[in-house]
Amino acid sequence: MHKRYWNNYQKEIAEDHYFYARSCIRQTFFSGSETAFLKMMTDELGKDIFDDSRQHTCTGIGYHSDIIPLETISTVIARLFSLMTEMGYENFVPSCITSFGILTEITELWHHRPDLLEKTRELLYKATKREFNVPKNIAHPCDIIYKFREDLKKNMKYQLVNKDTGEPLKIVEHIGCHYAKAFPDRGVGGAEFPHVLVGMIESWGGSVIDYPERRHCCGFGFRNYLVQANRGYSLSNSNKKLESMAPYEPDFIVANCPGCTMFLDRWQYTVAEMEGITYDKHGHGIPVLTYEEMAGLLLGYNPWELGLQIHQIQCEPLLDKIGIAYSPEDKYKDAYGKQLFPPQKPNNLIV
Amino acid sequence: MISFGFSLNTSRTIDIDADNFDKCHSLINHVPSYKRCIGCGGCAATCSAQQHSQFNILKCNLLFRRGEYDTLSNELDKCMLCGKCLLVCPRNVNTRAMIISMRNLLKTK
Repeated sequence: MHKRYWNNYQKEIAEDHYFYARSCIRQTFFSGSETAFLKMMTDELGKDIFDDSRQHTCTGIGYHSDIIPLETISTVIARLFSLMTEMGYENFVPSCITSFGILTEITELWHHRPDLLEKTRELLYKATKREFNVPKNIAHPCDIIYKFREDLKKNMKYQLVNKDTGEPLKIVEHIGCHYAKAFPDRGVGGAEFPHVLVGMIESWGGSVIDYPERRHCCGFGFRNYLVQANRGYSLSNSNKKLESMAPYEPDFIVANCPGCTMFLDRWQYTVAEMEGITYDKHGHGIPVLTYEEMAGLLLGYNPWELGLQIHQIQCEPLLDKIGIAYSPEDKYKDAYGKQLFPPQKPNNLIV
Repeated sequence: MISFGFSLNTSRTIDIDADNFDKCHSLINHVPSYKRCIGCGGCAATCSAQQHSQFNILKCNLLFRRGEYDTLSNELDKCMLCGKCLLVCPRNVNTRAMIISMRNLLKTK
């Protein structure tokens, strides 16, 4: 009975041959995550994934800020699909949760409104002389890592376990709203029981914290953030979540959405500098990782190549807890080994 | 501390566990018909005081039920006790007695 019901909450995730679309936010703020994902797919799992240099935005931020009309976003998405079609792929993998939500929304809209699909084909052809097929499968990278989590586990050097106590790390998982709240059947576990990050954490040895505001928004919300006067709403949402999880003393937060990762990380700095509040006992804040960074760390990838030094909340206490080896001298070296200036330190947050 | 041009908003979550219902129970003893209120807002719709002030009898009722007394005394003083609300109440709640009792209860610790 239990299994039968759970089947209703599964989604189809393609086995192989993926067309990858990068994220605007993640390339900027979590620059190592996408490279790590591609490395995992090719080196660890031996999958075929194509990263096209001609790809472009999905217009998500503009769309959710009400400055991009529907026909425009529909045509821009169609161009992304035309690149996929041209390269002979049928499975689309958008790195960003916003893109995932938009692709899901637009393909669903085309399904119900064939006239819009035809109009989009016409507009794209007029503008670019390109044609496209609708993907057979749209999966987010977290879906793919979830699907192959046991295969990845075989190659992992570390587990989500405190090396001193042997206890599982206490982890907060946060699912982006656009992953499954808009179209529940397109996410593993739906909107009610999103299992995509829980599955990874539990397979890799950690324990998940179930805290009161677990399903609350991270605070990004596009318009809540884009206008400076509204940012108090965004900050207050993040604060509500962080306050709610703090008593459970999480070792870190993992999120599958670029906006959530960014805001849960960066707002901790803002609250610390504005109010003097930090959400852990020692004043370091709670580290926030992307799921690729979490997987990459366990696979033994260099934390600085994963880009953990770019996060606001620094990860060294977490690395020490898991027992991951790292070189403090290399923290602020560029790709060519040249030493960069270290960033300025905040007043209240310990980095 | 740094000013970023925005700030943390106070949560507007209602904490039912923190509410104090003692005065509400006392009010029911003084004005038994208060129990019959269904919060329809007919009283507020006909209220004369509301025409020329921010007074809102429905809001006062709600705040009193929740035990949020901070601004309530000032609000209740705006009522002129004209009794028009008595005439429109579909549940025959003695709204004038309710206001007077609320004022008195708020004065007691």
